[in-house]
Amino acid sequence: MKITYREALKQAIREALQNDERVFLMGEDVGRYGGAFAVSKGLLQEFGPGRIMDVPLSESGFVGAGIGAALGGMRPVVEVMTVNFSLLAMDQLVNNAATLLHMSGGQLNVPVVIRMSCGTGRQLAAQHSHSWEPLYAHIPGLIVLSAGTHEDARGMLHTALQCPDPVIIFEYTAMLNLEADLPADAGAVNIDRACVRKEGKDISIITYGAGVYKALDAAKELTAAGIDAEVIDLRVLRPLDNISILDSVRKTHRVLVVEEAWGSVNIAAEVSARIMENVFYELDAGVQRLCGIEVPMPYPKHLEDASLPQIEDIIKKVKKMLQHD
Amino acid sequence: MEETSGMQTTTITDREHGMDLLYQMMRIRRFEEKSAELYTKAKIRGFLHLYVGEEAVAVGVTQALRTMDNVLSTYREHGHALSRGITAGVILAEMFGKLQGCSRGRGGSMHLFDAGKRFYGGNAIVAGHLPMAVGMALASKKQKMDNITCCFFGDGAAAEGEFHESMNLAALWEVPLLMVCENNLYAMGTAIRYTHAMQDLEKKGAGYGIESMKVNGMDVLAVEQAARLATAKIRTTGKPFFLVCNTYRFRAHSMFDAELYRDKSEVEAWKKKDPIPALMQQLLEWQLVTAADIKQLELKVETEIQQAVDFAESGTLEPVEELTKFVYSK
Repeated sequence: MKITYREALKQAIREALQNDERVFLMGEDVGRYGGAFAVSKGLLQEFGPGRIMDVPLSESGFVGAGIGAALGGMRPVVEVMTVNFSLLAMDQLVNNAATLLHMSGGQLNVPVVIRMSCGTGRQLAAQHSHSWEPLYAHIPGLIVLSAGTHEDARGMLHTALQCPDPVIIFEYTAMLNLEADLPADAGAVNIDRACVRKEGKDISIITYGAGVYKALDAAKELTAAGIDAEVIDLRVLRPLDNISILDSVRKTHRVLVVEEAWGSVNIAAEVSARIMENVFYELDAGVQRLCGIEVPMPYPKHLEDASLPQIEDIIKKVKKMLQHD
Repeated sequence: MEETSGMQTTTITDREHGMDLLYQMMRIRRFEEKSAELYTKAKIRGFLHLYVGEEAVAVGVTQALRTMDNVLSTYREHGHALSRGITAGVILAEMFGKLQGCSRGRGGSMHLFDAGKRFYGGNAIVAGHLPMAVGMALASKKQKMDNITCCFFGDGAAAEGEFHESMNLAALWEVPLLMVCENNLYAMGTAIRYTHAMQDLEKKGAGYGIESMKVNGMDVLAVEQAARLATAKIRTTGKPFFLVCNTYRFRAHSMFDAELYRDKSEVEAWKKKDPIPALMQQLLEWQLVTAADIKQLELKVETEIQQAVDFAESGTLEPVEELTKFVYSK
């Protein structure tokens, strides 16, 4: 069944609301407007204002209220319209959601799910094109997920809501209208393992989020050139699934990590370090990275494109690593 | 908005109640004095913020709360924790970093928690707990629970953006929340006249359509009466209430504070309003207690605090092998 990424997200939210009375969605413009990206369109009419709550522009306030409601026995799904505004709620996430279980000596759980749309590539310039996945993945106590495929857009929310700890799900706006095949009975997915999206033996392309479909497209073209690339979708950015990463390295012995976030201190840096620490002698070449160029995102299309890893960049880099050019 | 600045002087006739209020305030005072002493002996480390001078607020407000009500507090929360029935022993054990502490020693002085007593910290980012308090009250409303949430914070927090956001959300969602501002006139070392354009903090409630009141926070009976009025309204209407308790901290902000920002004469003037001798005086005048009763209370408190110290001393440290526990549930 063909389905858009947006529809997959919406089905997940609707199902969560149907399954558990404690679940409610709150966020800016999620109700009457239908969601800034039309993800929650129609849900207010279906579930009413008690379950679909429009909130004022108070990111710290409503994210904190979500944390409090979770402490109080609810299962809130809090939508932060875009990751760019989430820094206003950073204190709540870092100092409350992530610490309460520990500071209370294990007494308090914070079963809140925070959904943030994110991503680049829409000419939104420097303040609206952030890739803050590494920022959140830095914080012990948070579970950080990245829905880089339709399958995960459909399935991550359910599992996140069963989790007693705070979960952040990153969703990618550039993919909202993208259609893909999903089985009619698609549903819950695990939220603790990375996923091999394409098996291969020559090189591991490790990525997440907006990088997943790009890497798969690149792998397709590489196949035509006689290179069999494996594509690993990290999916879970904290805690990282070491096993899947290291197994792939043992198999291919070459690694390219692809990430839209700025290169310094990002997820790719962490993946690279773990490979070095654990399977250094399995490598036939140094780990390479293709990451966002370290510049505030420029507005013009050609400069924006140039600041992000593109399919052609991945192909070129892989060929170079395999001395194929 | 109602502003009952000139509340009538409160009297009571119940001896037991008067004795209990006095005992609770004396216990907090002695607990804090002992904590300062243990800090200088390096038994307690980290930040230590003492509540000396402000006892009437925690004790007075708590009188109006029920077992099922939620309480959130600040990093100056020993008094609130004691008032909510967390024993002096487990609080002190927490401050010693011992496994027997109310947060298994993971939190320390600023992070006292007791889920069973619905005591949710011990929150040390100023105003960070205000949005959570709104959310807890929202959860009560959604689940049609018959409880309210009480959130203590200081005048410093009232200058934060989260105060504004939380007041607006609480009023907008009509949640059963008691916002208690303990205005001790200083945000750490900066006086309120340098931090708030409007220093009558209770007036801020009007901007959100929240019923507000100020009360003399050095008078436990007045605080109790105000809190009872506030909680009765919240329980009837389901709407939030903003109570400003004007008070003063007699000791430094923390153990690192040399108090360069205020005159000794100002502190001395406030000490004349000390809520503990004030209540003693009243109870003696009304012939509800005798000097012998007070002596007895002093002894009871002294014994209790000594037992608390013994409990904390005899506590054990968590094995280092357990270091990474409680980051995630599994």
